[in-house]
Amino acid sequence: MAVLIIAEHKNDKLNANIANVVQAASQLSDEIDVLVAGKQCQALAQQAALWASRAVLLADADHYEHQLAEELAPLLQSLAADYSHILCAAGTFGKNLLPRAAALADAPCLSDVCQIESAQIFVRPIYAGNALAKVRCAEACIFITLRSSSFDAAQAQDSTAPIRSIEASPAQNLSSFIGQELAESERPELAAARVVVSGGRGMGSAENFALSYELADQLNGAVGASRAAVDAGFAANDMQVGQTGKIVAPELYIAVGISGAIQHLAGMKDSKVIVAINKDEDAPIFQVADYGLVADLFDAVPELIEALKK
Amino acid sequence: MKILVAIKRVVDYNVKVRPLEDGSDVDLRNCKMSINPFCEIAVEQAVRLKEAGQASEVVVLSIGENKAVEQLRAAMAIGADRAIHVVCDSKLEPLAIAKCLQKLVDEEKPQLVILGKQSIDGDNNQVGQMLAGLCGMGQGTFASKLELGDSSVTVTREIDGGLETLELKLPALITTDLRLNEPRFAALPNIMKAKKKPLKSLTLDELGVDCTARSELLEVMTPPTRKAGIKVASVDELVDKLKNEAKVI
Repeated sequence: MAVLIIAEHKNDKLNANIANVVQAASQLSDEIDVLVAGKQCQALAQQAALWASRAVLLADADHYEHQLAEELAPLLQSLAADYSHILCAAGTFGKNLLPRAAALADAPCLSDVCQIESAQIFVRPIYAGNALAKVRCAEACIFITLRSSSFDAAQAQDSTAPIRSIEASPAQNLSSFIGQELAESERPELAAARVVVSGGRGMGSAENFALSYELADQLNGAVGASRAAVDAGFAANDMQVGQTGKIVAPELYIAVGISGAIQHLAGMKDSKVIVAINKDEDAPIFQVADYGLVADLFDAVPELIEALKK
Repeated sequence: MKILVAIKRVVDYNVKVRPLEDGSDVDLRNCKMSINPFCEIAVEQAVRLKEAGQASEVVVLSIGENKAVEQLRAAMAIGADRAIHVVCDSKLEPLAIAKCLQKLVDEEKPQLVILGKQSIDGDNNQVGQMLAGLCGMGQGTFASKLELGDSSVTVTREIDGGLETLELKLPALITTDLRLNEPRFAALPNIMKAKKKPLKSLTLDELGVDCTARSELLEVMTPPTRKAGIKVASVDELVDKLKNEAKVI
């Protein structure tokens, strides 16, 4: 049976995580369709055509403009019978949409799948990543959100798949979009960055937090934060790394002034190399760090920035 | 206006759980149990709306073992008016839980349903969305701010990359994010009062919902552990290791 990927997109651009979702999908089937739903999204469908092995389904309607779950879920429900798996990255978009659609289709939903053993057996983290659950699900159609950091990025195809327009589901009008405030950033996206520098409560203030930006810029990395740093107002909410924030797995993760609570480790412990800079030598972060430096971050970080400039 | 809040009894967020030796599940023997932190935020929000005169009644409910009564009492000590307990000893999947909750929503007819965004045991982040879909309600997931109007609720949501604001027709469903509010500590007199508040107990059979499992838990495993790292003595040593040993910069 074929697999359907829900394309996550912002305005005119596909989210880069489609490459990871395609990689996961290829472990399930050779027949991959990509659904592009939005308003006037013909150009997006063209981009998606590089990722679909079989076809791009294009659902274009005014009420899909903001991709609200209330509007898209009935569309997914109507498609469920044709697919064995319906996939989306486990970001806030996918987590908002897929469970609703699964319930409408009376189908099971698996969250944050990090490993695909077969078309019926999946592995996903539970208890803040302190355990992994291996689950068998043999239902006709399974909805799955995927932890994109656990799958390599597939290469886009050289050829494009055909684009097929499909009928939009009726408008639900249960909710309406009022506005968005997106953080402007020229740095790489947190979830996809090769290097992540995260600051914690130890940064002391929003002004001091700028040190993490300086260090990140030296490494062309993204900046993350612990919950303590976000709650203290040092950093924006969407920078939070952890069980309830973003899950990242960069090649290099530098934790500065972060003690390493279970909930934070859940978001970064799959990073390839972890560096911790903390003045408390008993901080739990040192238990997962490949390289630990016990030092005052206000001495060590500027020194590190200087050393990297050389 | 009536507000319905669903809560879950889970292992305390500070406990680091481990899989059982036979890999059948996690080991929760002798673990401290609490209200799921996100559910606590949901109860707090409902109680604040009542205190602001925007809600007339806050009903809290839970599906779970007998001991979940402790968490329902704790929610009533925060300020919920009454509780409904669906007694169930087995673990239910999110879809089954949503179907059970749907029955109770149909019965109670609340204008607002508030849930936590995810429980810290299963980490599913599904029940609210499923329930909203089954009830045909608008959903305001991962809410960090909400303003209740006469016929609608305005919700600010935490999304990847920033914030989004939606307006939902009532009745609507909200799931709470961490930053919606800071739950209060229940004062002793309120804990005592909560013991006298009404608590209705139901069985799963009485709800008449098909809770057949749709998936099977094959094994619970320990995640791969990281190799022990080293402590470096200086920034120069750190840079050297990252360049020449780890080769990441």
